[in-house]
Amino acid sequence: MSGPARRRVEIGLRVPTDLDVVEEAVDLIARHCVASGVAPRAARFQVRVALCEALANAIVYGNKLDPTKRVDVSVQVDDTVVRVCVEDQGDGFDPAVVPDPTDPGRIEAVDGRGLFLIRQLADEVYHNDQGNSICMIMRRA
Amino acid sequence: MSFTLRKDDAKGVVIIGVDGQLIVGNRHDLKSKVMESMDAGESKFVVDFANTGYIDSSGLGVLVSLAKKIRESGGDLVLAGLNEDLRSLFELTKLDTLFAIKASTEEAISGF
Repeated sequence: MSGPARRRVEIGLRVPTDLDVVEEAVDLIARHCVASGVAPRAARFQVRVALCEALANAIVYGNKLDPTKRVDVSVQVDDTVVRVCVEDQGDGFDPAVVPDPTDPGRIEAVDGRGLFLIRQLADEVYHNDQGNSICMIMRRA
Repeated sequence: MSFTLRKDDAKGVVIIGVDGQLIVGNRHDLKSKVMESMDAGESKFVVDFANTGYIDSSGLGVLVSLAKKIRESGGDLVLAGLNEDLRSLFELTKLDTLFAIKASTEEAISGF
């Protein structure tokens, strides 16, 4: 995940529990990643998809579409990694019990692929104990 | 982001273009367009991703749902024009085993 001049960037966003804001929030962060020297393809694909999935999960499953709740997004870009954390105000969940959507019996399921994609695209994924926060780390080349 | 609809009359194939992205915020629009076409008697569909930036897991899910409905009705849904990034989403999730994926709309249409 390399590019031209590298800059360190920190971004904090507080977004409402509204699926309509996901695209704008992801665009904003992807643009800043590119501006800080993250390779365009990495910003366009890995960061964008991972953040989009994490935000949608936070809004739908974490905050259960409750408009009184918010989602906090923090992004740090330094010389070696892009770190994206998303925290909702929900009760949390156990990431260990999420089934594998590539299992033959689940391949035709309509949902359940978001966390799987995050795990495929990020180099490291961490959850807090409560399960209402996810941090995704993507290493820069 | 928007969806365009046209028909190849020679082959009786409906081509739906996805301009922008197919994500949680607009997947229901795609579903509505396809269901309307099915209600009008259409059964062959190509979804053209040549102008698509990205697809999220909700977008993948609506494609799975639509493919099932269309195939249960005796038709088929083929995907076309996926760029390298989008193609990798289908490969990662093994959905490339569920869909026929063609390089271009023309190739997809000719396969019907």
